[in-house]
Amino acid sequence: MIFSVGRILIILLLLTGCNRGNRADNQRELTVFAAASLTDAFLALAESFEAQNPDVQIILNFAGSSQLAAQLREGAPADLFASANPAQMQAVIAAGQVEPGSETEFATNQLTLVVPQDNPAEIAAFEDLARPNVGLILAVEGVPIRQYTDQILASMPGEFQDSFYANLLSEEDNVRQVLAKIALGEADAGIVYTSDITPDLDQEVREIAIPTGQNVVAAYSIAPLADTADSELSQRFINFVLSPAGQDILMSWGFGPKP
Amino acid sequence: MSRGQMLPALRPEKFRGWAAGGLATAMVLFLLIPFIGLIWRTLTLDGDAALNEPSIFSSLILSLGTTAITVALIVLFGTPLAFFLARNQFPFKRLVTLLIDIPIVMPPVVAGLALLSAFGRRGLIGQTLANLDITITFTAAAVVLAQLFVSSPFYIRAAQSSFESLPREYEDAAAVDGADRWTTFWYVILPQSARALLAGLILSWARALGEFGATILFAGNLQGRTQTMPLLVYGALERDLRVTFITALILLGMAIAAFALTRWLAGVDDTDGDS
Repeated sequence: MIFSVGRILIILLLLTGCNRGNRADNQRELTVFAAASLTDAFLALAESFEAQNPDVQIILNFAGSSQLAAQLREGAPADLFASANPAQMQAVIAAGQVEPGSETEFATNQLTLVVPQDNPAEIAAFEDLARPNVGLILAVEGVPIRQYTDQILASMPGEFQDSFYANLLSEEDNVRQVLAKIALGEADAGIVYTSDITPDLDQEVREIAIPTGQNVVAAYSIAPLADTADSELSQRFINFVLSPAGQDILMSWGFGPKP
Repeated sequence: MSRGQMLPALRPEKFRGWAAGGLATAMVLFLLIPFIGLIWRTLTLDGDAALNEPSIFSSLILSLGTTAITVALIVLFGTPLAFFLARNQFPFKRLVTLLIDIPIVMPPVVAGLALLSAFGRRGLIGQTLANLDITITFTAAAVVLAQLFVSSPFYIRAAQSSFESLPREYEDAAAVDGADRWTTFWYVILPQSARALLAGLILSWARALGEFGATILFAGNLQGRTQTMPLLVYGALERDLRVTFITALILLGMAIAAFALTRWLAGVDDTDGDS
């Protein structure tokens, strides 16, 4: 009886066991923590990189940059961190997880209004967001998209800011959650990146541009973690992101070129 | 007797005992160490205590307020349902009972999605409500509905089995004495089931207090309106670790207190010697 229990334990250990253990020796792994807004672009980048490097497997973890930064500060194992704003990259640098100066800006983005396809609150411009009875969804403080949104708001009159924030219904984890709530039609408007509105969402949401004068430029940076298990591979992935091929992929997903 | 003769008889027995003891100890440690870790991290946090941080207070008030309403609704709607289920046989009763229990095993995030599909702006009922200018999503009402959905089965289950365990003779005797059904329920059944009902209710309350997945999906996350304590624990993780850990400890303390209370209520009439 006890021997069969022992056998079950061994099987369980094998099944759940460390995933480096049962991997072929020549297989290399690269764990990338990337901002939620990079989801589609980084999936495409990883696919292309893996095609060029058959011995490499890329593991992607997408979340709000602030959430990723918190995970990294708590010691989550990763090789690369791609942040949607400098602030969260700095937070990881300050915690000693990334060497100062090893970060590189690799893409830019712009903000846009997003409304459900049928636009129930008849939003036509940014100014409409402060109207009464408009239900607004933003990301929670600390998430880059929220920082950029607050930056736009800071240039507006105080009265406008008050009515704008009074319309807030919910503060989401990351920019894709904001988009999801709008796509579900649960709120009247949200603020996301232009790159977030992928062709898949055309049926659900509508984009209302924020004029360039009002808009801000979001700057994305990437850096290897100080304790990356494979610094050569980490650097190779960064070089690929910065290469013309990598930049083409980012631009095809709606990002602007590196600054 | 030589050693060689004893070994075959004793060894496997002893080995099994040690192995079982070892496995049991490992399980206890696994269950215990996270608690110790949580308390240790909270006590060793840098900086000033964040107890005066407004988000903790507002989430505590919101959690207490919404769970109080949830509990009241559970008693109001759940008690008649439990009594009906305990006293009546009808076709598909087993199926109905099963449906009521589903939220217990339903992943909370799926419960949130289901609530959204029912009461969201594009939902089955939500559409009609929206036409009447009633919105539920992203309000405290959504927090209550999420809690009600996931936690009421615990009370209904406890109440039903308590009602079922009461001998029908009491009710028959009361009826002979001329009591109507309501009087019988209020003065005969309720006093005898009170302790079991309260224990079930506390279990429901604890589940409602800890509700996270359905709430964040269906009610969203906004300080002072829908950000209950579990949502704050999750949300503050990336903002202020002190807020996270302190809120987590308060939440844990409340849950343990509730659990101790149910154990005490259950132990009052069948003390098993060690209490």
